[in-house]
Amino acid sequence: MLTRIYAIVKKEFRQILRDNRSLILIFFYPVFMLILFGYALNYDVTHIKIGIYDLEKSELSREFIKTFNSSEYFDIVKYVTSPEEADRSLNDKTVQCVVTIPVDFSKKFYSKENASVQFLIDGVNGNTATIIMNYVNSATLGFSEKVSADILAKEGIRITRPLNIAGIFWYNPDLKTTEFLIPGLIATILMVICVTLTAISIVREKEQGTIEQINVSPVSPFELILGKIIPYIFLAILISILVLILGHFLFGLEIKGRIIYLAAGTILYIIAGLSLGIFVSTIADSMQVAFQLSTLISQLPTNILSGFTFPIESMPPFIQIITNLTPAKFFIIILRSVVIKGTGIEAFWQQYIYITIFALFFLTISMIKTARQRRTV
Amino acid sequence: MNSIEVKNLTKKFGNFTSVDNVSFEVYRGEIFGFLGANGAGKSTTIKMLCGILEPTSGDATVGGFSIKTQSEQVKRNIGYMSQKFSLYNDLTIEENINFFGGVYGLEGENLSNRKKWVLKIANLEGKEKLLTGSLPTGIKQRLALGTAVIHSPNIVFLDEPTGGVDPIERRNFWDLINTLSSEGTTVFVTTHYLDEAEFCNRILLINAGKIIAGGSPKELKENYIKTIILEIECGKTIDALTILEDSNFFGSATIFGNYIHVKLKENDTEENAKDFIVKTLSESKINTSRIDKISPTLEDVFITLLEKKD
Amino acid sequence: MQEIIKISNLKKIYEGGVIGIDDISFSIYKNEMFGFVGPDGAGKTTTIRLLCGLINPTDGNADIMGYDLRKDKMKIKDNIGYLSQKFSLYTDLSVDENIEFFADIHGVKDYKERRNELLQFTRLTDFRKFYAGKLSGGMKQKLALACTLIHKPKIIFLDEPTTGVDPVSRRDFWKILSDLIKEEITIIISTPYLDEAERFNRLALFNNAKILKLDTPAKIRESLHKTVIEIVCNNIRSADKALKENTNYEIQTFGDRLNIVADSFEKDFPVIENILSKNGIEIQDKRIIPASLENVFIHLLKTKKTELQQL
Repeated sequence: MLTRIYAIVKKEFRQILRDNRSLILIFFYPVFMLILFGYALNYDVTHIKIGIYDLEKSELSREFIKTFNSSEYFDIVKYVTSPEEADRSLNDKTVQCVVTIPVDFSKKFYSKENASVQFLIDGVNGNTATIIMNYVNSATLGFSEKVSADILAKEGIRITRPLNIAGIFWYNPDLKTTEFLIPGLIATILMVICVTLTAISIVREKEQGTIEQINVSPVSPFELILGKIIPYIFLAILISILVLILGHFLFGLEIKGRIIYLAAGTILYIIAGLSLGIFVSTIADSMQVAFQLSTLISQLPTNILSGFTFPIESMPPFIQIITNLTPAKFFIIILRSVVIKGTGIEAFWQQYIYITIFALFFLTISMIKTARQRRTV
Repeated sequence: MNSIEVKNLTKKFGNFTSVDNVSFEVYRGEIFGFLGANGAGKSTTIKMLCGILEPTSGDATVGGFSIKTQSEQVKRNIGYMSQKFSLYNDLTIEENINFFGGVYGLEGENLSNRKKWVLKIANLEGKEKLLTGSLPTGIKQRLALGTAVIHSPNIVFLDEPTGGVDPIERRNFWDLINTLSSEGTTVFVTTHYLDEAEFCNRILLINAGKIIAGGSPKELKENYIKTIILEIECGKTIDALTILEDSNFFGSATIFGNYIHVKLKENDTEENAKDFIVKTLSESKINTSRIDKISPTLEDVFITLLEKKD
Repeated sequence: MQEIIKISNLKKIYEGGVIGIDDISFSIYKNEMFGFVGPDGAGKTTTIRLLCGLINPTDGNADIMGYDLRKDKMKIKDNIGYLSQKFSLYTDLSVDENIEFFADIHGVKDYKERRNELLQFTRLTDFRKFYAGKLSGGMKQKLALACTLIHKPKIIFLDEPTTGVDPVSRRDFWKILSDLIKEEITIIISTPYLDEAERFNRLALFNNAKILKLDTPAKIRESLHKTVIEIVCNNIRSADKALKENTNYEIQTFGDRLNIVADSFEKDFPVIENILSKNGIEIQDKRIIPASLENVFIHLLKTKKTELQQL
C-alpha cells in the first residue's frame, strides 16, 4: 500500500515541479494578494486633514486639539474662523474634517454635563468618511477618559476604566488594519490554493483518461486520495511560510504565540481545504467546471462568511449559523489568537476540532463517492 | 477547365517546410483523395486551398479563382468540413441549418429548398426540432456535410470526415459523397483510412510535404507494389512465425489472425519462396496447408512507398 | 484449448436505462488474439470495462483466470493490463517516468530491465527522455502499450488502440502485437474497423449490445453463403443506380468498380449483365471475390432488421 501511495506522490511532485507556469502562479498569488490587500486596499486612513473651529479657545480646548496634533492619523492643516470658512474648506477639499469646539466646552465638561464637540466630515467618499468618524470618535473618547481620570485623580477618587471601548481595535491598539487583515488573507490564500489545485489535478486525470489506468490497477480510492493530498500539504505549508515571512517584512507581522499551535492549526486547515478540493473533483468532470466551482466554493465563503472582511457578530442570526460551514472562520480565530494576541491553547482548542470534523466529513464523502463512481459508472 | 490547379505551392513555418513545391490538378466532378500520415502536410494544403492560409510561394486556382489574390471568392465558392467541424450541439437541427444558411447568405425560398435537401440527405426529415447533440456520430457527420454544402458550392473539401465513424455509417457517408460527386460537385477528401481511399477516382500520396505518388487506386497498386506478400496457413502458427523470422529468408513476417504473412525480398520468386516455406516448416514437423499470394491493398502501397523514403 | 475468460450472462444497464451489454456469454482462450468488432455504441467498450473491473455488471458474472469478477477484483487487477481509447498518459512526464509510474502503482520493484526490454520492443529507446506529450500519435500508442505491459499481465485489453493512428503506425502496432502473442499473453482488442478483424484468431461481432456472431474470421466469412461479384465498368455511378433501382442486391461502389453481393455467379450474373446493358453500360471486367467481413456484417444487420420488421 505504501509503495502505491509513494508512487502517486512521486508522480504528482514531478508534475507539480515541471509545470513552471502554474508554480509561478501558485507563489505569485499570495504575494499579489498580500500586496493588494496590504497596500492598495488598506483600510487605514492616515494624515486626515483636520480644520479646527475653536470657539472657546480655553486651556481645555487647546488640550483637546493637541490630541489630534500628536497622532499620525491627523494633520491639523488650518484654523477656521467662521462657519462659512469651515464649509468652504470642506468643499474645496483643503480639509477632510472640521472639528467645532463650542463656546461652553470647558464649562459643560467640568460640570459633568455632556460636552458635545461637532465634527463636520467630507462625506463624498462614504467609506473614508466612516473611517474618519471612527478615528475622531475614538480620539475624543480617549481624550475624555484621560482628562476625566486626571480630574478625578486630583480629587482623590480612583476609577476603574471601562474596558474595550474601542471594540474591535482592542488587540490592534495602533489601529493597524494590515496586521488585522493578515490572518484572513492567509486563510483565503490557503483555501483557494488547496481547493483549486487538488480539484484540478484530479479532474485533469479524468479529462486525460489517466484515471482509468489507475482504476484498473490495484490502487484503491483511499490510496489515490492520500497520494494526491500529500504533495499539496507540502506545497501549502511552503506557501504558509512564505506568507508569514512576507507579512513580517512587508507589514512587521510578529507571531506572538507558540509556533507549534500555529503549525497544527495550519496543517489541519490545509487538509480541510484539500478535502474540499477532492470533493469538488468528484462533482466536476472538466477542468473548466472544476476551476469555476473551486473558486466559488473557496473564495466566496472564505472572504465573506469567515469574519475576514465582515464581522460575524453583525450578521443576521441565520447567516451566523451558516458561517460555521466555512473552516476559515475557525482558522482565523486560531490565527488571531496565536499570531496577534499570543494567547494559550485554551482560547482556541475547539477550533481544531471544528476544522478536523470539516476535513473528515469531506474526505469521507469523497472516498465514498469515488468508490461508488468506480462501481456504477 | 480543372476544378483545382496547384502550381509549385509551398508553405514554410519558420524553418519548417510543411508543403514543399507541390503541383497537381483535380478534375471537375471527381472524388480526389489526398492521403498522408499525420503531419505530412495534408491540413496545411487544404487550408491554403480554402483561402484561409497564405502560401509562402506558388499559387493555386480553386474554381478558377487564385488563392493568393482572390481568396474571398474562393471562400464563397467552396464548402469545407472536417472531423472537428462541429455543429452546435445545443441548437436544434433546423437552427443549425438556418445558421449556416445565413452564414452563406441564403434566405427565403432558396434557404427552405436547401434546408429540405440537407434534411433529406442526412435522413433527418421530420426531425428538425431534435437537438443536434442527441444525434449519433454518423448522422451528425452527414448533417455536417449537408450544412457544409448548403450553398451548393462547386468544390467541397472534406478533411478526415469519417474519423470515429463506424463502418456502416462510413459507407452511408461515402454514398453521400458519391451522390455529391454525381451531381457534379468536385470532392477533395483527406483520410488516413486507406480502405476508404479505394472509393476515390484518383489519389495523391503526400509525405513530409512532398508528393510521393499519384494515380487511380488500381494504377498505384500496379505501379508501386513489386514485392510479393504470401499468406501461409499452417499448424503451430506462433512457432512457425519464429522459425520463418529466424530464417532471414523474408523481408518481414507477421502473424495475421490465424495465418502468417511474409513479405518476400525484392528479387525472390513466388515459387521459390513457397518451396522454401514448405521445406523449412516440415523440418520442424509443422504442416503447411495453404500458401496464397495476397493481392496488395493501398495500405501496402502506402507503406512500401514510405519505407522506401526512409 | 484452455479457457482464460469465461463470461456468463453478463449484463450492464446504465443509470437512465441505457443498455450497455445485454446478456452475453462466451469464452476466450489462452494466448488468443480475440477481437471485439462492431460500430460505436455496440457494447464493445462496456464489455471491456466490465471485464477490467472498471464498472460493475448489473447481472451475470465472469471468471477470469479462475478468479470471480465480482469477488476477486483485486486479484484480477494484478493480472491484467488495460489500454483505454485515449491512450491515457501523463503528457508532462517523460517516457521513462510514465513507465516507472505504472510499475510503481503495480508494485513492480525491479522494473528497470523490463522497461529497457519494452522500450526496445516498441522502438522507443531513443525517445526515453522525451515528454509523452511531445510524441507522435503512433508513439504515444506504443508507450501506452508499454505501460500496460510493465507488470507482465497475463491478459491485456486494448480498447480501439488503432483509432486515429496513421497507417504506418498502425502496421507497426500490429507487428508489435504479433510479437507479443509469442509471450503467451492473451490479447483482447476492440475495433470499429472490419478490415482489421482479419487479424484476430477469433472475433465477436457486436451490435446493439448483443453479439451477432462469434467465430474465426474464415468461418464467419464462409457463413455468408453468398458470392461477391466484382465488376469493372465505364460508368460506375449509373451502374450502381440502375442496379439499386432494379434489384435487391447489396452493392458497394469503389472509385473504379462495383462489388455486388449475390447468391451465386451462375444465377445472378446474367441478371446483372442484362440490367447494365439495358442502361447502356459496358462491363469491362468481372470476377468473383471472397466475401469480406464487412459484407457479412452488413448482411447480418440487414437480415436482423427484416426479422424485426416481420415480428
